Formats: sequence, C-alpha cells, structure tokens
Amino acid sequence: MEEKKSTNTKPRIWIAGLICAVFMTVFCGLIYPLVMTGAAQLTMPYQANGSLIYVEEEDGSVVCYGSELIGQEFTQPQYLIGRPNTGSAAASNLSAVSEDQAALVQERIDWWHELDPENTADIPMDLVTASGSGLDPHISPAAAEYQVPRIARERGMSEDEVRAVIAKHTDGKDFGFMGEDRVNVLMVNLELDGKKIIS
Amino acid sequence: MSSGVIQDIVYVIALIGIGIPLGIYIYKVMTGKLTWKPIAALERFTYKVMRINPEEEQTAGRYALSALTFSLFGFGILFALNMLQGYLPFNPEGIEGTSAHLAYNTTASFVSNTNWQAYSGESALSYLTQMAGLTVQNIVSPAVGCAVLFALIRGFQRRESRTIGNFWVDLVKATYYVMIPLSIIVTLLLVSQGVIQNLSAYVHATTLESGAEQIIPMGPAASQVAIKQLGTNGGGFFGVNSAMPLENPTPFSNFVECLSLLLIPAALCFSFGRAVKDSKQGRAIFIVMLVIFLLALIGMTMSENVAAPQFDGVAQSGSMEGKEARLGVDTSALWATATTSASNGSVNSMHDSYTPLAGGIQMFLMMLGEVVFGGVGCGLYGMLAFAILTVFIAGLMVGRTPEYLGKKIQAFDMKMVCLVILTPPLCLLLGTALSTFVPTITDDFTNTGAHAYSELLYAYTSGAGNNGSAFAGFNANTVYSNMGIGTVMLLVRFIPMVAVIFLGGNLAKKKLIPASSGTLSTSNAMFIILLLLIVFVVGALTFLPALALGPIAEFFKTLPTLG
Repeated sequence: MEEKKSTNTKPRIWIAGLICAVFMTVFCGLIYPLVMTGAAQLTMPYQANGSLIYVEEEDGSVVCYGSELIGQEFTQPQYLIGRPNTGSAAASNLSAVSEDQAALVQERIDWWHELDPENTADIPMDLVTASGSGLDPHISPAAAEYQVPRIARERGMSEDEVRAVIAKHTDGKDFGFMGEDRVNVLMVNLELDGKKIIS
Repeated sequence: MSSGVIQDIVYVIALIGIGIPLGIYIYKVMTGKLTWKPIAALERFTYKVMRINPEEEQTAGRYALSALTFSLFGFGILFALNMLQGYLPFNPEGIEGTSAHLAYNTTASFVSNTNWQAYSGESALSYLTQMAGLTVQNIVSPAVGCAVLFALIRGFQRRESRTIGNFWVDLVKATYYVMIPLSIIVTLLLVSQGVIQNLSAYVHATTLESGAEQIIPMGPAASQVAIKQLGTNGGGFFGVNSAMPLENPTPFSNFVECLSLLLIPAALCFSFGRAVKDSKQGRAIFIVMLVIFLLALIGMTMSENVAAPQFDGVAQSGSMEGKEARLGVDTSALWATATTSASNGSVNSMHDSYTPLAGGIQMFLMMLGEVVFGGVGCGLYGMLAFAILTVFIAGLMVGRTPEYLGKKIQAFDMKMVCLVILTPPLCLLLGTALSTFVPTITDDFTNTGAHAYSELLYAYTSGAGNNGSAFAGFNANTVYSNMGIGTVMLLVRFIPMVAVIFLGGNLAKKKLIPASSGTLSTSNAMFIILLLLIVFVVGALTFLPALALGPIAEFFKTLPTLG
C-alpha cells in the first residue's frame, strides 16, 4: 500500500521532469529576465539601453552617433584613431607569435608612419594589435599621446588644447587597481568636432 | 607593486572572504537548516505543481533517473526554441531558426553546462531563445551540478541508508536560494556599469567620421551575463563574449564577472567541510585547488608579459593581440586563468592569440578534469573523485583498506571513481585523434602549423572539460564539429554525473568506521601534497604527448636559437 502512494515511481518521475522543465522555463526564462529588464529600465535606463550618444546638430536635428561603449573606425589624420580593427573587423585570432601576425603588425606600423611621417617615436603596442571585440572604444593614454602632435597640427590647435580634451575623456583604473587607464576615442573626437551631446 | 599584482591579490582575498560565508549559507540552505518564508511558499507551490512529495527520499537509481529526465526535457525545450524561434515572439530582428546540427550543438552545450559557442548570439538567436532557452539552462544546469554534489555528500554523511535525498528538492533549493538571488545582485551591478538590459530592436546609428550606418545589437544581456558567470556557464550573449563592451564595459564590471565565475565552486568547498562536520576537509580541498590556480596564474601572466613578441619601432609591452585596452594584459590573464580553472569558458580576450605557453596552460587546466574549482558542483565532485583515488593509492602503498571520511572504499566505489576520472580524457583524446582524420578539417583553421593543431586540441579539450571557451579561429559551426563536439559534451557531463550519484548511493549504505591511529589523515599537509601530485600526474601522463605537438612545439619554435 505504501508503494502506491509514492510520488517516486518511474512514471511519476517522468511527469515531474516534464512539469519541472516547463515550470523552470517560465520562472527562470520569462519572469526572471523580464523583471530584471523592468527594474533596469526604471532605475538605470541610460545604461540599460546601451549608453547611446544623441547629438543636437546645428540645424536642430538629433542624430544618434552610436554608443559611448562601442568603438568606431577612424582613419583621417585630424581624428584620434583607435585600435586597428575597430568597427571594421572581428578579432584576428592569429597566434601571437606567428609569421602572419608579424606581417600584419608590420603593415600597421607602415600605415602609422605613412599617416604621420614626422612622428618617429615608438608606436604604443595597442595601436598595432587588434582588439578582441573589434569594437574596442578605448586606447591607452600613451597611444593617445602618440597622436597629439598630429591632431594639433591638422586642426590648428595647440598640443595642450588637444591634451586637455583627451584628459577629459581619460578614465583611470577603477578603484586605482582594476584594469588599465584608458581614453575613450569616440568621445574625444565628438568633442574635437564640437558636437553638442544632449544625453 | 604593479596594479595587476594588487588586483590578483584583492581577487583571491575577495574569493576567500565571500566564499566562506557563501559556502556556509549554501550548506544551510541545501540541508534545509535555513529557509525564508516567501521562498519556502514558492518552493511548496513548485512541488505542488510538479505533484511530488518533498519529504520522500530517493535511492541512487531514482535520483539519477530524475536528473536525467529533467535534463532530457530541458534539452527538448531548448532544441525546439532554437529551431522554431522564427515563428515565436521576442524576436524584433526576425532571426530565423538555426540549422538542426547547430541547434543540437547549442542545446548539448547548454544542458551540459559547457556553453561552447558554435553560434554567434547577436546574429543567430532571438531574445526568446536567449531568455527562455539559454538563460534557463544557465540557471538550472549548475543547480543540477549542485544537487548531485549534495547527493554525494549525503553518501558520506549517512550510515546504512538506502536513500541520498530528493533530486527535485535539491534542484529547486539550489535554484531559488542560490542561483536566482545571486543573479539578481550581479545583474544590477552589471547594468550600473553599462551592460544592456532591454527588449528593443537593434539601434541604427551614424558613425562620426564617415557617416556610415552602424548597427548596435540590443537585448536582455545583463540578466544572462550574470548567471553565465555565476553558474560556470560561459556562453556569451554576444559572439565575442565578455570582450564585447556591451557585455563587459568597465574594469569593475570585469572584476565582478571574474569573481562571479569562481565564487560558487570555491564556496562549495566550504559547504562540503561543514556538511561532513570537519571544516578542515573542505579547507584541504580548497588549498589544493588554490595552489594549482595560483601556479597557473603566475605562469599565464609571466608568459603574456615576458614571452610576448616584440616588434621594431613599437614600444615594449605585453601581448595585446586580441585583448581590450580597458583590460590590458594582466587583467586578461587573470580572467583566462579563472575561466579555464572553473569550467566557465567565458572570455574577455581571444585565447587563440595568447602566447604559446599561456595557451598551453589554459588547455592543461581544462585537461586536469576541470577540478581546479571547476563547474558548480561538478568541479568539487570531480576533485572528491581524485581524493578517493588518492586514499586508494595511499592505501595500496601501505597495504591497508583505504577509507575516506570514515567510509571504506571498495571495488564498486573505485569503478565509479574511474568513470568520473577517465571519461573526459578518453573523449578528449579520441575526439581530437578522430578529427585529424577528417579531410575537410584543415579548412576550418585560421592558423597554420602547430597552432592549427592547437586550435583543434583546444576545441575537444573545451568540450571534454564542459568548459566552452575556444581558440575561436577554429570554425566549429560545421556538421561534423557540431555533432562531434556536441556528443563529447553530453558524454562527459552525464556519465560522470550518474557515476557520482551511484557512488553516493553506495557510500550511504556503508557503516561508519571510527578513525584510528592507522587512519590516513585527509586534511593535513601530507594529504594536500599527495592529492596535488595525483592530479598533476594523471593529467601530465595523459596529456603531455598531445600538448607537445601543439603549444609546446610552438613555444620552442619561438626560441631564437631554434627558430
């Protein structure tokens, strides 16, 4: 008699397994993420929606210039330029020590020298290596400093003016020890272009 | 002291500092000593819907059957979502169903707590599949691991008992008390840093320089990224995982994610100590894991800094290929060590582009059987299998019947331990070897020479460790690789899991032997060193030949005298 009441028979286990899988799909797959979406949208809408940059143009129109967190491709000399693959290609996935990688790095070194033949300083490593995401919004402060004379010359600004803009968009290590110091390339360029950010 | 070293030290302190109280909390929750009224009500409701009696205990056979049926139905739902997403809601981009072989691979990957990514989230999966499919398995597959661990622990706790707990109760408690609350905290921390959480269509923006259209992917990312880290899952919301700034925007979000990925596996060591009423036992296991972790971390960081390739006209620096500027070399190396120790597999930098020895360390950590912290539950039950193997070998050396925690270790127990320890290497080596015979496999490599072989070896290592990270230059989305790696992931998840449940069941039946002066201590320095050696020797004997052909060969090629 005891065995009959059991919820532990093989058929009951199959039924429980099915119900449990469906129940967890609803609870963990709909309720949990939707509640979190609601909470995030209510309390931190700017971050939850991708840290988008809206700019009011001179004619009064509003343009979305992408996200603070997503790098864009820059190639012209008057702009601060980011990692080599930004906005154009995913990670190379090449072995760090391969000949293919060495050849690519040499191409990038040549590109930088062609862009600014006057600059004979050593190029910072992050300017000749591809990022993992292909969307890296940052470069190191050294990589920004490397480009200061060129940007100042192209824009007719003083080097210190350019440095001041860069400094404004430079973040130190979080809490002084996490990660690296970094410069947000897009934010620097928006300011250099005099764009008015409204959110 | 460099900031990278300070970050490493703070990381380990935080891991221990949060791990100990969390471990005690998990122990209390899983043994029913701690309940909270609202969650208890939800628990009772769940059991009622499932029509089960939570008081009724299960034998090993019924416990295993429950775990397998639940995983099977979860498999069915996720497979269907992948195939049918084109017809279902929460799909603003109108993404079509995936191919059947990709759906099989993705489903196997998430049900087995691997999260190998042959798919790319933003282009292949709808928001519904991400939420109701992937997020669900991200939460319940570690809960299953945690449940099975406690079934094994009950094997040590009980004497002359036929049962080892109730799978449904263990699953529900692990989900409601551990996974969901921790996920909520981490989700909110991540959103505050800029990880997205919305249901909007992708944003069409304008680039500043060229005025070209830029498509920015959207979605409910934070809620999934949180549990992807906490549950040792690792499957990214986006294709490039936590390298993607919208998934991991700041060094602080990176620290939170990196800590989350080792937190529960580390905490479970302390739960174990509490549960067997001897916290020294848990501490011994934790020390073994920590020692291997620290050795790997030092090796990885050194290789990335010292052995990085240097170029004429470029400032001296560590290896930055495939790494993000906000994270840099040291932070990326810490993550790479943590993610391959735990069977997490999320990445914040491209492992394929690591220096040869660093890539070799990543593989070796996975090859050790994912027992250096490892997956939630399964990492610790894997390490406990090694502990039993250690007392067995020590017992053979002195000619005594081996015992662990007062339980005699006999033939049946050792058979189960062998299944746990030998299944992954067997699948790994056979899978890699068979794949080298597939004529088209060479089309799937990005790299050449020894590193191409490393890409293949890494793929099967990751699958057989239920890890999920990749040398991403390897194109795994082919019929052959989807089926091959998918099957490996399922075998290495479920064969050891069932073996552990039956091991627990068999241990529970035994009497308790009181410790005597002849009993081998399993919590002193001697045992810690023995266990370390056994883990290393088993790993090294099995895998050194395979590693020699890949990362080690590539390393020697970089030495100037030989190259």
